[in-house]
Amino acid sequence: MVAKRIIPCLDVKDGRTVKGVNFVGLRDVGDAVELGEMYARQGADELVYLDISATVEGRGTFVNLVRRISERINIPFTVGGGISSLDDAARLLDAGADKISINSAAVRQPLLIDQIAGKYGSQFVVLAIDAKSVGDRWLITTHGGRQLTEKELFAWAVEGQERGAGEILLTSMDHDGTKAGYPCELFARLSEKLSIPIIASGGAGSAEDIAAVLSDGRADAALAASIFHFGEMTVGQLKSQLRDMNINVRL
Amino acid sequence: MIAIIDYDTGNLRSVCNALDRIGAQYCLTDDPSLIAQADRVLLPGVGEASSAMQKLQERGLCDVIRNLKVPVLGICIGMQLMCRHSEEGNVDCLGIFDADVRKFEADPAAGVKVPHMGWNSLVDLKTGLFDGLADGDFVYFVHSFAADVCEDTVAVSENGRRFSAAMRKGNFYGAQFHPEKSGEVGEKILRNFMNL
Repeated sequence: MVAKRIIPCLDVKDGRTVKGVNFVGLRDVGDAVELGEMYARQGADELVYLDISATVEGRGTFVNLVRRISERINIPFTVGGGISSLDDAARLLDAGADKISINSAAVRQPLLIDQIAGKYGSQFVVLAIDAKSVGDRWLITTHGGRQLTEKELFAWAVEGQERGAGEILLTSMDHDGTKAGYPCELFARLSEKLSIPIIASGGAGSAEDIAAVLSDGRADAALAASIFHFGEMTVGQLKSQLRDMNINVRL
Repeated sequence: MIAIIDYDTGNLRSVCNALDRIGAQYCLTDDPSLIAQADRVLLPGVGEASSAMQKLQERGLCDVIRNLKVPVLGICIGMQLMCRHSEEGNVDCLGIFDADVRKFEADPAAGVKVPHMGWNSLVDLKTGLFDGLADGDFVYFVHSFAADVCEDTVAVSENGRRFSAAMRKGNFYGAQFHPEKSGEVGEKILRNFMNL
């Protein structure tokens, strides 16, 4: 049985990671490669690097960074942030990214999923979805949750799978940043509708929260940022705790 | 020198980077004479089986590969192409390994997803490719099709059904997983391949 994956997420601006405390033994916590290597050593199953640069120069720096990451990191990594064309995806593939994640651009232009998956394969395309509950429905937001759309979560996730996405990365904007846990029932409902893996993001405050979304929520992987960056626990500590809660993880 | 067969099936950078990390010398080539002279050959590949098979045929590489006497390692699609037949695009393959390649069936209720993506454990390990590894060690997989377990199987994994995670026949080896993305375990396997 495939193990549940734990995926640290690193935000990168102008080539440097922006969150994180000063870990013991790390010369430069802003160095995205060093931080990624540390997580890999601790037992991270994959890494996600999210480019939050707002400038053209920043984006160019990110491509160079992706090249360095692929030279040094010996586990799979996904890159995301600002990918809005087949050319963007091609540049990151050439630089060595194993997968790219697309979000707002796919909502605006769903054909982008077909194009990238058609050219580079479904395994290369992670469809990131930021959803928000509105009444009794879950709707898609774009631009980091700032814009609400009329697209319904389940329909969009199924459409994404049919268009060729290889994984869905779902964040509930109602839970993101709260550290109050994930909406497990939402994840479980989504998993009934999809055959591709689901990565849960946003809301983890503890190992128990992550265990819940991987068991009750039936997610295949959990993405987390702050619990690692702020030194609350290492990836290895989290995975040991998950194993003690009978979650199948790679140790 | 390792010849990495470059037949235009996706990005070979990860494989090259992994070989760089273990200090192995390699060249990327689709030149039959260079491949025939190499002392190790890697057949990587991502993408769709029938079009990958067609690319090998267009380059006149099928018999070149079949006739190799040095250690050969097929990775992912590369291993599938070394089997008899693939359901993906319904294509006859190189016929080195005595198995057919079939699609996984998703069973979300049982947690079986397609593609099979992530770290899964290997059991029933055989051959020097796995020296220093133990049953239960994890490697990284990304695939939707897999070869059945057969006499040539030297490692087994499971995603809804048991499948060949690795195969061997004589000097030919195959890995369905990605050693180049499987952390230290993967690096050990690549080093073992260099020492076969």
